[in-house]
Amino acid sequence: MTTMTIAKAINEGLRATLSNNPKSLLMGEDIGPLGGVYRVTDGLIAEFGADRVVDTPLAESGIVGTAIGLALRGYLPVCEIQFDGFVFPGFNQITTQLAKMHSRSSGNLTVPVVIRIPYGGGIGSIEHHSESPEALFAHTAGLRIITPSNPHDAYWMIQQAVACQDPVIVFEPKRRYWLKGEVDTGAAGLAEDPFKAHVVRGGTDATVVVYGPLVPVALAAANAAEEDGRSVEVVDLRSISPIDFDTIEASVKKTGRLIVAHEAPTFGGIGGEIAARISERAFHSLEAPVIRVGGFHMPYPVAKVEEDYLPDIDRILEALDRTFTY
Amino acid sequence: MGATHLPSTEFDGTGLDDQLEAEAEAALGEPAAEMVQLLGPDGTLGTDSVFSEYAQRLDAEKLRGFYADMAAIRRFDQEATALQRQGQLALWVPLTGQEAAQIGSGRASQPQDYIFPTYREHGVALTRNVDLAELLRQFRGISNGGWNPKDTNFHLYTLVLAAQTPHAVGYAMGIQRDQRLAEANGLAESGTAEPKAAVMVYFGDGASSEGDVHESMVFASSYNAPVVFFCQNNHWAISVPTAVQTRIPLSNRAKGYGFPGIRVDGNDVIAVHAVTEWALEHARQGNGPVLIEAFTYRVGAHTTADDPTKYRESSEEALWRAKDPLERLEKYLRSEGMADDAFFEQVTADGNELAAYIRKSTYESDAPDIRTAFANTYVEAHPLVAEELAWFEDYSAGFAGEDAAEGAGN
Repeated sequence: MTTMTIAKAINEGLRATLSNNPKSLLMGEDIGPLGGVYRVTDGLIAEFGADRVVDTPLAESGIVGTAIGLALRGYLPVCEIQFDGFVFPGFNQITTQLAKMHSRSSGNLTVPVVIRIPYGGGIGSIEHHSESPEALFAHTAGLRIITPSNPHDAYWMIQQAVACQDPVIVFEPKRRYWLKGEVDTGAAGLAEDPFKAHVVRGGTDATVVVYGPLVPVALAAANAAEEDGRSVEVVDLRSISPIDFDTIEASVKKTGRLIVAHEAPTFGGIGGEIAARISERAFHSLEAPVIRVGGFHMPYPVAKVEEDYLPDIDRILEALDRTFTY
Repeated sequence: MGATHLPSTEFDGTGLDDQLEAEAEAALGEPAAEMVQLLGPDGTLGTDSVFSEYAQRLDAEKLRGFYADMAAIRRFDQEATALQRQGQLALWVPLTGQEAAQIGSGRASQPQDYIFPTYREHGVALTRNVDLAELLRQFRGISNGGWNPKDTNFHLYTLVLAAQTPHAVGYAMGIQRDQRLAEANGLAESGTAEPKAAVMVYFGDGASSEGDVHESMVFASSYNAPVVFFCQNNHWAISVPTAVQTRIPLSNRAKGYGFPGIRVDGNDVIAVHAVTEWALEHARQGNGPVLIEAFTYRVGAHTTADDPTKYRESSEEALWRAKDPLERLEKYLRSEGMADDAFFEQVTADGNELAAYIRKSTYESDAPDIRTAFANTYVEAHPLVAEELAWFEDYSAGFAGEDAAEGAGN
């Protein structure tokens, strides 16, 4: 067991990937000598050279598009998109090309590209640096989407993403990059399933499903609720596509109440998808409607008001209060 | 007639090209791109200080082969158009007029090279030994591809314009890494290394405006990637003339990225072959990318759903028909005594045989099954796909009795 931050855990995961897979390579803007704007690739170019850690031109479509070509030639590219709001110049390549290549080639071609995207708000940044666009990608068949919430998952999930033969987007909770935790690098981590949700806190009265940056928030809310005598179970979704509905269903059949929280706007979001599926699967177990907690239907607001926008402990507690009124 | 509301320059044919050339020269302060031409429309062979050498390597058999390829793909084009008219294909994308650009460039590639087409490169597909019946599967609505690119190093058609250009550069970056790995492992010295390869990517004058072309050329230049950008300027992006995409010869754009750009007469199969052979070898040898602009013309419609009479005059088409790539090679082959009536009769007979094969294969092609779409969405097992497939099977099973009853009733 080693203690490290999420950023360091991803760095170590990438180092392990580059060491273990001669065909793997990293590409992105400023990921070389600078080590990326969040230093996630710090030191890797010195260790593996410019053929394996590629500082690219400033062009997101070019990054994803050339990664597809490298994958067609047998390479395992891991792309870094500098910020969530800058993925959109590459959106066409991701959704029309990367997601469909295996399907449209009748299964003859595989494009095991990994795309890392730091996402989410709460860092007091300027426009386009705090967004949560995961639902836009989750709606696209052919992609897989995962998001770690702690250093151990961060270390292993990046390696599992590279090992997966499908394209995988890894959404990294940027405001938690400095969150420290234990990492078991000796574990047989590659054999773990990155697409499975984890129950991170047991409870009997209500279930809160969260992912990425909101996992610590939901745990704090559950602890606060405990003081009011409410036993809240917290599920870390970990995978946004596919979603592990079995784990959520089992939890809801026990608790009877479900709250889904994410930073992304609730409209058309992951919470709505979970609400619909669980309504079908566990209708007779539900004591209350599924409640969503999320961002509002507006462009991500300016930093000075993001506290009012982002789901926090009180917003989750308010949702818990509501679910217990039924 | 229907296009009189448009500026007259749109319909001056080569006149517009001349006008643009003059404008470009004025803007650039130097002569715009010269066009490499070896075989003129009258069927006589000219000279070029660089590329004549390549033409001289072509013997009579090779030249007859070029003609046979161009005639075959034109006959295929006619047959596919007919199949679309009969309702056998949902859509067809004709290539007539662009045979020399495609056969000349495709025949210059080597098996180890990898080709990324757009969606009109039927002639290039022929040179890569793609089964042309398989190529029609996409247009019949039974596949989104139709062939396995690994068999021929000819990638699937890409319909999102220019999206394949960064793929080509990335593939070329992979070739570079393969070569460096081989050198590091001492394979190059031991003679067991793979032959040097390059990538060629096709796009058109319309797609040249897409941002992906720009990003690709930046990447290719930055990394000195072994890639040839082959732009077929066929003068029309559906209904919009090249003048809306560019005010300078497209080949001149290469200069801005720092690599060679060559404009070649796209209706001259000998020149196209020479220029492409040079460019691919340039790339294979590690000298970086090349842009080729093949100056040609889409004589037919954009697709079978298009109506060129709404945006261009037939007089313009006539001007270009006079530069027909097949006619000029036929003149040359006959004048040089390289081919006689018997050869051309055989080419026609072979074309009809190809057409019959295409017809038969299309009629007999298998109906697709949506289960293959379930199977191919992901490589690895996926719970949502499995759940939806199980539902679909269950739902479909509910109709089994009805089908049997209907069958019995009939």
